[in-house]
Formats: sequence, structure tokens, C-alpha cells
Amino acid sequence: MSASPPPSSPVSPDGAEPVGAAFILRKAVLSALVALGLFSLMVGVRTEAGQSGQLEYWTRFGELASLVGAVFVGSIAVELLRLWLGPRGGLGSFVPSSVQNGLSAAGRYVAPALLIFTFLVPVIFYNQRYILDLGILVLTYVMLGWGLNVVVGLAGLLDLGYVAFYAVGAYSYGLLSTTFGLSFWICLPLAGILAAFWGVLLGFPVLRLRGDYLAIVTLAFGEIIRLVLINWQDVTGGPNGISGIPRPTLFGIPLAPGEGGLAAMLGIPFSPTHRIVFLFYLILALALLTNWVTIRLRRLPIGRAWEALREDEVACRALGINITTTKLTAFATGAMFGGFAGAFFATRQGFISPESFTFQESALVLAIVVLGGMGSQLGVALAALAMIGGFELFRSLEVYRMLVFGLAMVLVMIWRPRGIVGHRAPTVFLEKSKSISSDLVKEGHG
Amino acid sequence: MSSAPILALENLTMRFGGIVAVNALSFTAQRQQITALIGPNGAGKTTVFNCITGFYKPTSGVIRLTHDDGAQFEMQKLKDFNISKQAKVARTFQNIRLFPGMTALENLMVAQHNALMRASGLTLIGLLGLPSWRAAEQSAIDNAVFWLKRVGLIDRADDAAGNLAYGDQRRLEIARAMCTGPALLCLDEPAAGLNARESAALSELLLSIRSDHATSILLIEHDMSVVMEISDRVVVMDYGVKIAEGTPREIRDDPKVIAAYLGTDEEEAAAVMEAEA
Ligand SMILES: Nc1ncnc2c1ncn2[C@@H]1O[C@H](COP(=O)(O)OP(=O)(O)O)[C@@H](O)[C@H]1O
Ligand SMILES: [Mg+2]
Repeated sequence: MSASPPPSSPVSPDGAEPVGAAFILRKAVLSALVALGLFSLMVGVRTEAGQSGQLEYWTRFGELASLVGAVFVGSIAVELLRLWLGPRGGLGSFVPSSVQNGLSAAGRYVAPALLIFTFLVPVIFYNQRYILDLGILVLTYVMLGWGLNVVVGLAGLLDLGYVAFYAVGAYSYGLLSTTFGLSFWICLPLAGILAAFWGVLLGFPVLRLRGDYLAIVTLAFGEIIRLVLINWQDVTGGPNGISGIPRPTLFGIPLAPGEGGLAAMLGIPFSPTHRIVFLFYLILALALLTNWVTIRLRRLPIGRAWEALREDEVACRALGINITTTKLTAFATGAMFGGFAGAFFATRQGFISPESFTFQESALVLAIVVLGGMGSQLGVALAALAMIGGFELFRSLEVYRMLVFGLAMVLVMIWRPRGIVGHRAPTVFLEKSKSISSDLVKEGHG
Repeated sequence: MSSAPILALENLTMRFGGIVAVNALSFTAQRQQITALIGPNGAGKTTVFNCITGFYKPTSGVIRLTHDDGAQFEMQKLKDFNISKQAKVARTFQNIRLFPGMTALENLMVAQHNALMRASGLTLIGLLGLPSWRAAEQSAIDNAVFWLKRVGLIDRADDAAGNLAYGDQRRLEIARAMCTGPALLCLDEPAAGLNARESAALSELLLSIRSDHATSILLIEHDMSVVMEISDRVVVMDYGVKIAEGTPREIRDDPKVIAAYLGTDEEEAAAVMEAEA
């Protein structure tokens, strides 16, 4: 990442049109017009059913005007911000290279520091159940993000139905444990294998699809799984879900009060926090396993083939890479991690129902991957922390929570269009590992 | 060593709807020779390459490849990736197709995918990091280093391929093709966009690939100085059919070829040549 010289003449972010007051103004007027069109019916006119069922309506031009005005001003602000951030919309253009190097050096310590802190969270916040629960939630999404990252970030296949594999994992554990009494530690690999199997099943029909088509079919697949879960009452319990799913044990020792429980065996008084702490370390271990496997896979021929596939599929075929199996392994690997996370979710909640596996979950995990910087492990972890943690942070804002949250995301995407960690680390090097700037790295085409 | 030609095309025809891009084309490429395929733009040269390397399924005809040990492959029946994996045919593209976001070294590692996949025990052995995997990985890196040195890009090994200069990208693409260990190397206009010095270096590289690495070369090229200098045989195409075949010298003096390039008919071209002589 080198600092490019400042542009001699102002250029718009896409480098196509010169940016001047006229350009910014035109854009703002256009945005305001669109807002006017949208909001005139949504806000400008208020309709309600009157006492005898007749239509009653009144106009709210004041609110409409203020909204359109806000869009106008906001558009100008965004353009000015872009101008100020330089032609690429990234840090590279206006931060001196010494600062850049300093940042990337700091980046090297972020991951270990974060990891150590995560390990210490149950110690520091032992008495704060809320923080521990939040930590577990964040780690679950970190794991899901890392799993989806294999498919979207590495192989460049846009998967909008990732929640399907999360559901398969959760129901695998839920059903296997409640019907056959299998323990969590036997069900965990089974859940992963079953999810991977579904990943391959999904993979086959979508192999030929690219881009939007792939996204739509995977989205449909996610919905189909959810509908099957709702309608196949005999097996899945339908909308009522499955309850009474066994809690995890420490290799057979239950974390429960009384005889035979872990607390009794250790001779310490029982506390429900024990289980929370155990769950925390369990999901941390699962997430770290996902991370370790992904990092290793990237350095193996299969992982390099995924990335090569994202870069140029035609060149891959010319080099003797079997596109079909390469895509299927990416789907299966991502699905497997989703399945593990699903099994964890089931054992943590003790109760699962189709409501937990809506499209919103897929979208959230995908947002984490995109926001984190596609392909970057650290970026995904930071994004999960920011998204899930931030969501909690804004809780006090109540109705404005979504608004603030959306605004924050827009700002981040303007500031760093390729995600928090936008560059790519090479998987092998001779002399020196030089990180690759994000504008060279392809996003994949399906 | 087999006496059959490395590549034989028999009546290859490729139709796109109404367009006949390649029409009953037959020619052979001899073992450890450089065979040039030339012709005006739109003659169908790239289409021939796409048929040989499995990107297009020919409408009819046979493309037969014979390895040194006599093993034969009919390319029109092979799946695209098996053409590189089994038949050992590597190619470059008219519009360079590197992996721009990966380093030069990584590009060459991807090219050794099939060998490394085997060595990594379909990933399991590699995941555990067993010594046999590490040895295989090291030898793949050594092979990549060899080719990076050979094309003069060893100093750029850790740079993103997309950051290399145009001429460097062309050479890296050839190095990547060679890393697959090909029996036949198909190059689509490798000298396009190169300056005179780079073209000369390219000629030297291709000659050494032919003699030192037991690799036969099929070359599409517009730069006649390169074609004349290094090719053993030249096949000339126009409108999807072969109009001439011979040594570079024979081709240079063939009125049919000149007519095709000048877009005139034969008598006129012959007249031009006589006037020049
Ligand atoms: N995929 C395709 N679909 C339709 N027509 C094609 C396709 N590929 C090549 N052609 C046509 O085949 C002819 C030969 O093209 P090409 O092989 O690229 O020529 P050359 O490489 O000799 O310049 C051209 O008329 C081109 O338009
Ligand atoms: Mg061509």
C-alpha cells in the first residue's frame, strides 16, 4: 500500500467525471428528487381508516420537506466526505506512508491482543452474565462469518442462503440428541458432515450459475430449508420447534447441580455461571478451529484453487483445475462450519425453531463478511464484534437504533469500500510477504 | 519416442450459428518443433486454440495428441480441465489471464495444482502438515523459482501479478503455463504489445523451451520477425481455412499469403511481388 500523489485536478471517486460544485449540487438535487418521489406517499400523505371505515387522510408536508432537505444536505455531505478522503475513497491517498506502515504494524498486534483479551473475558467479566452472553453471541457470528468467508471471500461465490447450513447443523443436533440420545460430542461432527452434505447438494444445481443468479438460487435454498422445517411437522416439530435439547457436557460430566455434576466433583459450590463460561470457551474453541483450518486451507492447493477461481475461472480451467469439485469443496467446507455453529446454537439455547433461521441471519452474516473485508480473517472478526456489539451498544437509542446502525454502515463502506481489512495477504512468499492492495483482488463473479 | 506428430487436426470445423469460424482445417504440429499459426484478424486462429484446449466443443473433426511415450488423446472428447491434467496441453491467452490479486509466485503455485493436490492427499495430509507434504510444497516452490528466474521475474516473485508491467505479465503467463509441465504449449499472440527488445527475449525464451524442456510449441503470432526467426513450420489461415503451409521461407514468398494479408486477390499480389523483386 503506497501513498499515491494527490490528484492534480479533482476527480470523482470513480474517476469518470470531474468533481465540482456543479457536480455535487446536481447529485444532491437528484437524490432529493428521488427522496421526494419515495417519501411523498410514504410520509407526505397519511391515511387511516375512519370510524365508519371510510378513508381519512391528511398531508404532512412539513415532515416531507424536512426529510427531502435532510437527503439533500446528506448527499452533499457524503460527496464532500468522499472528496476529502481522496479519489479512491480509501485511506491510502491522504495518509502519509509512514503512518500507513505504522498502522499495518499495529495491525499485526491487533489479532494477538484481541485473542488474549477474548480468552480473559470470562475471567474479567465473571459476574456479568450479560457480557458473557453477548460474548458468546459475538463469537457465534465470528464463527459463522469465518465459515461463510470460505465461500464468499475465498472462492468468490455469493451465497445468500448460508443460514440453511446453520439450520441443518442445529436440527441435526436437536434431532439426534432428543431421538437417539446421542451426546453433543458425537453429534457435533455429525452435524458438520450433514451440513457439508447439504452444501454439496446445493452446490450441484448452482455450479453453472454466476453472480445474481447464484445469489437468488442460494437465497431460495435457504428459504426452502426453513419452509421444510416449518411444514415437516412429524420430524421437526413444525413451528413449535424442538425443545429439551440436552446441554453440553464436559466430555460426559454434566455442568449441573447435585451429585455427578462438575461442581460437586471439583468440590466447589455450583453456579449457573459455570455453564456460561463453558459455553464461551466452547464457541471460542470452535471459532478458532474454523480459523485455523481456513488459514491452513489457504496455503494448501485447494485453498489456492478457491482464490484462483475467484480471480479468473477461465485461467483455472486452462491450468487443469476441476472447477466443479473446487466449487463443491468450497460450499461443503463453508457449510460444515455453519453446521458446527448450528449444533452449538442448539445446545446453547436448548430450544430451536424455524424462526431462528430466517433470511435476516444470512444477510447479517454476509454483511459481516463484506464489512470485514472479503477474505480477511481479522476483518471478519472485527466486523462481527462491531455489528453484534454495536447493535447492543445502540440499544439505548431505541427506535433510532436501526437508523444509526445503517448510517454507520454506509459511512464505513464509503471510508473503506472493500471492508475494514481490505488487503490480501499472500499465502506463500520468497523474500517478504507484501500485502496486496484490494483494488487488484477480484471479488469473484458468482 | 513416438514417431507420430504431437498434434494432428483432422477436418476440424467450428460453427457459431451461421458463422463458420474454422472450416475443415487439417494440419499437424511436429514433436519438439515450433509450429506457427498465422493469418489475418478474424481468421479463426484463437478459435482453433479454444477447440484444442477444450473451451469450445468442435462441431466436427478430430484433434489428436500423442505423447512421447505413445499415449494418445482425442481432445474433443476430453473435459476441459483434463486437457491440461492428462493430455498435458498448456496455453496462454490473447488477453492475458493471470490471477491479478495473487503474487507471481502464487500464480505459479496454482499452476501446479494437480501435482500438489496429489501430494497433499486431497488436502488431508497437507492439513496435518506431514513431512511428505512439506517436501512436495518445497519442490513446487523450487520449480516456480526456476521459472521465475528463467523469465527474469525472480525479483518480482512476491509482487501481485496485477502490478507487473505488461511485458512482465506476458512472460509470467508463459512461466505459469510451463509450471504445469506441458507436452504442448499453445501461445496466443505472446509478442503482442512487446517492444523490440522484449520480443527478442521472448524468441530466445521460446527456443530454449523447445530445446531444453522437450516441449512442442504451437504459436499464434502477428509479429512476423518472431515467426520467421523461431518457427520450424508455419500454417496460414484465412476465413477459417488453411491457405498455405510450409517453412517460414516458403510462406514468406507465397503470393496467396500476401494476398490474404493485403486483402487483395492473388494475381495482384503476385504482381506486387514481382514489382518489388
Ligand atoms: N464464441 C463465439 N461466438 C460467435 N462467434 C465467434 C466466437 N468466437 C469466435 N467467433 C468468430 O469466429 C471468427 C474467428 O475469430 P478468432 O478465432 O478470434 O480469430 P483470430 O484469433 O484469428 O483473430 C470471428 O469471426 C469471430 O467473430
Ligand atoms: Mg485471436
